[in-house]
Parts: sequence; C-alpha cells; structure tokens
Amino acid sequence: MTTIFDLPVSYFGLQFLIGLQNGAFYALLSLGLAVIFGMLNVINFAHGAQYMMGAFLAWLLLDIAGISYWWALLLVPLIMGLLGVVIERAFLRWLYDLDHLYGLLLTFGLVLIIEGLFVSVFGSSGLPYEKPQALAGAQRIPLAMITGNERDMMMIPLYRLWIVAVSIVCCFGTWYAIERTRLGSYLRAATENPALVRSFGINVSVLITLTYGFGVALAGFAGVLAAGVQALTPHMGSNLIIVVFAVVVIGGMGSILGSIITSFGLGIVEALARIAYPEASGVVVFAIMIVVLLMRPAGLFGREN
Amino acid sequence: MFKHTLLASALVATLASGPATADAISGDKIKIGVLTDMAAVYADLSGTGSVIAAEMAVQDFGGTVLGKPIEVVSADHQNKADIAVSKAREWIDAEGVDMITDLVTSSVALAVQEVGREKNRVTMATGAASSQLTGKSCSPRGFHWAYDTFSLANGTGTAVVKNGGDSWFFITADYAFGHALEGDVSDIVKANGGTVVGAVRHPFPSSDFASFLLQAQASGAKIVGLANAGSDTINAIKQAAEFGIVEGGQNLAGLLMFVTDIHSLGLKAAKGLYMTTGWYWDLNDETRAWAARFEQKAGKKPTMIQVGTYSAVLSYLKAIEKAGTDEAGAVAETLRSMPVNDVFAKGGMVYANGRMAHDMYLAQVKTPAQSSGAWDYLNIVHTIPARQAFQDPAKSGCAVIN
Amino acid sequence: MWSSSLQRRLPRIVDMPRMTIVAGIIVLGALLVLPQFIYPVFLMKAMCFALFACAFNLLLGFTGLLSFGHAAFFGSASYISAHALKVWGFTPELAILAATLNSALLGYLFAYVAIRRQGIYFAMITLALSQMVFFAALQLPFTGGEDGIQAVPRGALFGFIDLSDNRTLYFFVLAIFLFGLFAVWRIVHSPFGQILKAIRENETRAMSLGYRVDYYKLVVFVLSATLSGLAGGTKALVVQVASLTDVTWQMSGEVVLMTLLGGMGTIFGPAVGATVVLSLQNYLSSLGSLVTIIIGVIFVVCVLAFRRGIVGELQARWPRRNQ
Repeated sequence: MTTIFDLPVSYFGLQFLIGLQNGAFYALLSLGLAVIFGMLNVINFAHGAQYMMGAFLAWLLLDIAGISYWWALLLVPLIMGLLGVVIERAFLRWLYDLDHLYGLLLTFGLVLIIEGLFVSVFGSSGLPYEKPQALAGAQRIPLAMITGNERDMMMIPLYRLWIVAVSIVCCFGTWYAIERTRLGSYLRAATENPALVRSFGINVSVLITLTYGFGVALAGFAGVLAAGVQALTPHMGSNLIIVVFAVVVIGGMGSILGSIITSFGLGIVEALARIAYPEASGVVVFAIMIVVLLMRPAGLFGREN
Repeated sequence: MFKHTLLASALVATLASGPATADAISGDKIKIGVLTDMAAVYADLSGTGSVIAAEMAVQDFGGTVLGKPIEVVSADHQNKADIAVSKAREWIDAEGVDMITDLVTSSVALAVQEVGREKNRVTMATGAASSQLTGKSCSPRGFHWAYDTFSLANGTGTAVVKNGGDSWFFITADYAFGHALEGDVSDIVKANGGTVVGAVRHPFPSSDFASFLLQAQASGAKIVGLANAGSDTINAIKQAAEFGIVEGGQNLAGLLMFVTDIHSLGLKAAKGLYMTTGWYWDLNDETRAWAARFEQKAGKKPTMIQVGTYSAVLSYLKAIEKAGTDEAGAVAETLRSMPVNDVFAKGGMVYANGRMAHDMYLAQVKTPAQSSGAWDYLNIVHTIPARQAFQDPAKSGCAVIN
Repeated sequence: MWSSSLQRRLPRIVDMPRMTIVAGIIVLGALLVLPQFIYPVFLMKAMCFALFACAFNLLLGFTGLLSFGHAAFFGSASYISAHALKVWGFTPELAILAATLNSALLGYLFAYVAIRRQGIYFAMITLALSQMVFFAALQLPFTGGEDGIQAVPRGALFGFIDLSDNRTLYFFVLAIFLFGLFAVWRIVHSPFGQILKAIRENETRAMSLGYRVDYYKLVVFVLSATLSGLAGGTKALVVQVASLTDVTWQMSGEVVLMTLLGGMGTIFGPAVGATVVLSLQNYLSSLGSLVTIIIGVIFVVCVLAFRRGIVGELQARWPRRNQ
C-alpha cells in the first residue's frame, strides 16, 4: 500500500472526494442564490429554509404517500418551484424598487415563520429518511493508475458519488441554459436592461417569477439529496445558509460560473481543514472570504462596477 | 405587586435567618417553574413534555401542600443562558416562584443554579448533562436529578471496555460539554485498562461527519466514541453506515443518547448500539402505566428528562410537606435526607453535593425484527447500581460538602 | 426674502425641540416610575438592547451601512465585562469601561478591513469577521466556551455603592442608557451627522464635495461599535452571565430586526423596536415556537407595509396633524 504520513493514499482520496461532495451541496445552493440575486437583486435568506422544506417534503412523500426517492427527486423541485412562484408573487415583487436590504429582511422573516411552523408540526429532534437501496452500497475504485500500486483501493459510498455526479449535471445544465440558450439570453438581457427587453415584447415580470421559482426548486432538490445523508431537522438549513452566502460572495455575487467553481474549490479546502485543524473547519470559509474581498472587492469572478 | 413580593421575600429572608417557623409558605402558594427549551433542538427531549410531567406530579401529589395550592409555570429559555437567567430572576423576585426545574442544556443549568444560590431557591436540573453541576460548581440549593455526563460515561464506557472494546477514538463536539464527556470517558476507559488512540474535535453543530468518520476509521481503534449530542450524534451514526465502520470491525458508542434520538435515526441505522439511560418506559408495569398516561397528554412516550422532572417535582413537594416549610434551606436539607421512591427511581438517594443517585441502565438498541413498533426500541442489558453509576461525592470536587 | 424664510423657519426651530422636550420628559418620567410596575431586570435588559439597536442604527439608519457582524462588539464586550468583574475584581464602571474600549478597538479593526467595501460586500465581510470573533469566544479558555461565564458579581459602583439591589442597579443602567442615547442624538445632530446623511443619500456626491468618505465611515463605525460595547458590557452586569448567544450571527440578525421594526432613520425607533421584540420573547415565552412565528409575521408585515417602522410611521403622521 502506498502511504503518506503513515496513512494510506486511499484515505486522502476519500477525504478529497468528500470535499467534492460537500462542494456539490454548496454548488447547488449557491447556484440558486446566484441566479436569484442576478435576476431579482434579492438576497434570498430563505434559501436554507427552502432546502430544509425540500428534505421534509421528500420524507412526507415517502411516509404518507409511499412515493419513492426517485419520484421525490422530480416532484419536490416542482412543488418547491410552485411555492417559490407564490412567494415571489405574494411578497418579493413589492420590493424590487427598494434597496436589496429589504429583500434580505423579508426572507429573514420568512425563515422565522417557516422554521417555527416546522418545529411545531414535526418537532425538533429529527426524522429518519431511508435512502434507496440502489444507492446504499459502496463502490470500489482502484487507484493503481495514480500510484502504480495494485493494492491501492478506495471504497467510496455510492450515495456520495451520486451527489457529486447529479450536482455537476445540474450545475452544467443551469450554466448552459443561462449562458448558451435563447431563454438564457433574455434573462441576462433583462438583468442588464429590463425596460429595453420589455419593449421587445418579452414579459419580464414572468421571467423574474420563473427565475425565483427555479432557484427555490434547486434548493428543494438539494434538500432531497441531503435527506439521504443527514437527519432531517427544521434547523438543518439555517446552519448551512451562512456558509453558502460566504461561498457566493467569494465567487462574486451573481456570477454563475464563479459560484460553481468556488463551491467545489471551497469544499475541498474545507476537507483539508478537517484533517489539519478540524476545530477551525467551520470558520475557514470566512477567513478565505476576508482575504478574497480584501484583494478582489467583487469576489473571485465578479465584475466591479 | 412588586412591592408586595419584595416585602414577602424580605420576610422570608428574616424568617430564614431566625428560627424556622412551622408551615411558613411564602406567598401562600407553592410555585414551580419549568424553564425549558420549547422550540429549538432540545424541545422534544424536554420542552412541553416536561411541563406536562411537572403538572402530573402536582396532580399525583394532590394539588395542595400544607394546605396551600401548587402552581406550575413554564417558559422557553431558547437554550440561551441570559434569557434563562433573566426569567429565573423575574420568577423569583416578582412572581414568587419557589423552585425551578428542567433546565435543559448545561450552560442554562449552571447559570440558573447560580441564581438559586444567590436568591436562596432550590433548583433541580433534570435536563442538563454536565457533572460540573454537582462538582466544582455545586451549590447547597442545587440538585441534579436524572443523569449526568459521569454516569453516562461510566455506564457505557465500563460496559464497552469489559466487552473487549479496549481502544477508543473520539469524535467530540468542540464545546465544553463535548470536552467534558470525552474527558470523563477517557478516564474510565483508562481505569479499566483500555487505551485512547486519538480524538477529533468537530465544530458544533456539524451536518457532515464523513471526514471525521474516516479519521476514526484510519485510527484503527475498536470503538468510535461519539462525545456529542442530538443531531450531531444522529448524523454521525447515520453516516457511519455509509463508510462501513461497523462492517469493518469497529463499533460505535453513543455517549449521550435519548430514546427520541433512536426514534429519529430509525432502528435500521441504530440497531445494536449501546447506550446508557436513567429510565426507559418499558421497564416494568409501573413505568408502562405512567408512560401510557403521559402519552395520552403529550402524544408520545416520555424521555428520561421528562420523567426525571416528574420525580424532581414530586420529591420537592414531599420535602416541603416533611419540612413543614418552603424555605429553600430547610427543603434542601430534607431532600438530602429522603430516599427517592417513585416511578423514576427506586431507592434513589440524594448525595450531599446535590446529586440524586439512582440505578442506571445499560441498553442495546433492538433490531427492526425484535421491535414491535414505534417506541419499542431498547433491550435493557443490565442494571448499574446507583453507587456504581454515579460519582462518589467525595471525589466530585464539590466544595459544599467538605 | 431672507427674513421671511427665517420667519417661516423660526417657529419650527422653536417648535421641534419643545415637542422633543415634552416627549422626552414623558419618557424620562415613565422610565423613573416604571420599575414600580415592571420587573426591573427586564427593563434593564431592554435598555441594554435598546442602546445596542440605537448604536447599530448609527450605521444602518444614518450612514446607510448594513453591518451583519455587530454581535461581535456586543458579545465580546459582555465577555470582557464579565471577566473583569469576576476574575480581575474590577468595579462595575471600570469593567464596563474596559468592555467599551475593547469594542472600540475591535470596531476599528473591523472598520479598517471592511470600510472600502460597498453594500452587500460590506455586510458579508463584517459577518465573516464576527464569525472569527465567535470562533475565538468558543476557543479561548477565559470565555468558558459554551457554558459561558456565570455568577458574575455585580460589585459596588465606584467601590462603595452596592449594586446587588435591582433598583439601585436600575438607576445606574438608566444613566448609562441615557448617556448612550444622548451620544447617539448628539452624533446625529452634529455637522458630522449631516455629512453621514449626505453619504447615505449619495456617496459619490459627498465625495465630490471634498469629504473623505472613508474617514467618516470609519469614525462612525468605531462610534457605533463603542456604544454597542457599552450596551454589551452593561448587559453582562445586569444578567450576570456572558454567553455565546451574544456573539452568534443570529444576534447580529436580531439587532437588524429590532432596528427595522422600530424605524431605521429615527433616533429612538430602534429602542422601541428592541423593547417590542424583547417583550414578545419575554411575555409570550411559554408559547414556544409560536413566538418565532409571531415575530416572523410581524417582521414580514413590517417590511411589506410599514417600512418606516413604528416610530417612523408615527413621525410621518404627526407633523401633518400639527399643521
């Protein structure tokens, strides 16, 4: 077996993969935040609560209706997207002319309401969710082509691989849709100059509503993925959301590619911190954010105006 | 109103310093405050369930003591020590609350126990874990009822080492409670001839334990001790299955687990796990009957904290009756001299440092096949006698008793 | 022409202070007798949070800067004050002074790093810095980690006025509170405050007028942090506990909530907002998660319909009736 610091290479390989997988969550969540911020100029504080709702919806579907994980992957984003549309129509659209502080504050209020409701209905100690049998095992991956040693093997839990794969597909899909399709070009144009786009006969208001719905759907989707790895509690989103904010800011607010790349990068950096100085692994993202903002005020991939 | 109670408490103070007068009940009423977490992470363990349990105790006692009515008040401390302290002071100063119980979360219990010391009121922590409450922070008016870090560490630690789990790796929540638990278990493991090969401290709270579990796996230790609580423990156990920790020959030991945690995990993920508990609803006919009564009101089975609150309130009322007064010093003295015999504890004794020692149980989580349904989760492996389960008060570091 | 405009302005100049004075006397009188009716520790705690919110509002309401890390100043001050009282045996006024100085220093550090950033980046960098303070509070041995510092003695003011009685302490805290509010009022109504408003309204224009905008922002940030520290240090004396709660990002969020609820651009609005939030938490505390929901609903309604906040809405209606 090849070793580094007396630990097998596979150990570091696995830690790296786990970093990627955490990055995958950051990517799905920060992607939604970035899209919403880019289009609506709203900092969606409720993103964490919406992620939590996605996870609980998956549990409800399975527990009450017997609907499987695979269908939940499809249904939950749809339901959450609809809910997003309702939230946008009912609340957010009144705030577009104001400072984006108000969007943040409104969604902060929504978080209080949603979390309070979920605690009173589901309790606070958590619910179990069984991931599907097909994703329960582990995959053996040989590392011989990297280390040249036949005995170097890595056992990777399938579910973690699945998260990374799905997330990459989603991120690429979103990026492609926004940067390379006609609809995406309308969206980008509407962010730059809504009045002009409106004059071409495009319904900007509907575009905005759909964008928010899409962002919320992404959060719900991430929630379903998370249900397979962690306990479902009403507070599962609020601890994550602050870190995801940091990720979005480091990547550059509104920059989609920036968010994706930063997410995976920070996931890996965090994984390293968990080996080297685990106590600080929760703050390493914030330390990086300070340094980045000092050197590049608009984030790594953001544009300064 | 305020003046009135001020006068009353001044009266009590003079009474306390002078010779105790018989049947002196301050404010013509006994008020019991349940200060608990009603909406955050510990709400299911204690919360409204504790309030219900306290009311059941009052009801079972007969609703009056020394001819005076008994009232239960409750408040949410949101797991914040400052909110808990302000509420406790307000209760004592302005509303004439005589005793405060539940006090889930160590930071809250430690802080409110100090208020009790200063204001001469009995506090009975049932929800908090830290042994420090009856150790270096002990108070002549402070009692610790249901469980503590020492008894949990002792129960699980001793049993696991004796079964051959002699090398340990800890996954520890990086805050005072986690450190204390890790320290207590390490001492017990070493005392029983085991070794501690390492530990990793994770930020609190964490949702992803993969990295820490891998470090535990790489350490080669036979036992991975989880010195954390609540959703941290649940997530660690849930994720351990993915990495084949148990299949690889290592075993997990949850050091602070409640029956609600098993409920959250599901038996499939939790099966085979050892845990120490102060009480379980399915011990005997008496506990089953009590739990059924509780379930009618609360909608679920009680935890050891909730039934502990019942026991604490009942014992407190018995002590008032026996002492003939609600003056905290006299009641505390009586509490120390009385054996505890109720649905929670049989032959429980209150040590001089305020620790109520009672039998603890080492339990193993059932497999889904063994369980008959919801809440049927534990097999009691063996009973740890009170004297062994809890720390010898002489070694606790409590200054009050020396 | 000149004199007529002065004439038109004069009654206002005379009127406004009179109104303020009347309102001030009423509030002051109320504050003096209130401890007879309401539990004084609650009142003192409310005053600490009110001062904290007013100090925070110097930035948000009067300069247009959203700091999402103010818990760092409030919380670290309460640690320093508690430690100074308990371990170093400081008298209360010195402990609070030490806590205030600590926050001033910390504020300078934060401002130095954050001040050149705009809008949301400013908010995020203050958040990041306050997370560092949180981490330090968790790791440093003197803070007691999660357990915090308990049984903080109240001590004797100047060494000879015993503060263990709630009502004696109440007047000490009231004095601090009034001093803090006066400081906020003074800052807002000074030429310096006018420049801050100019920065809030149009930063570029303020810069083109020759004002060193960054310098003004830095000074007001440090002032705001200092007063937050004064509030936090006093709070540790009142509740006799310093704990992690006060350094969490949720606390930074809570002070934004209080400020917005009371009225962002008003001097006393945040104090009202703080009192409302604390009262809800205190008097409805047996309702559990319902309180969170109620606060959330109030907040959403405020953002949608009453963006000027309680005091802001009152002020907006008042002059119309007077004219």
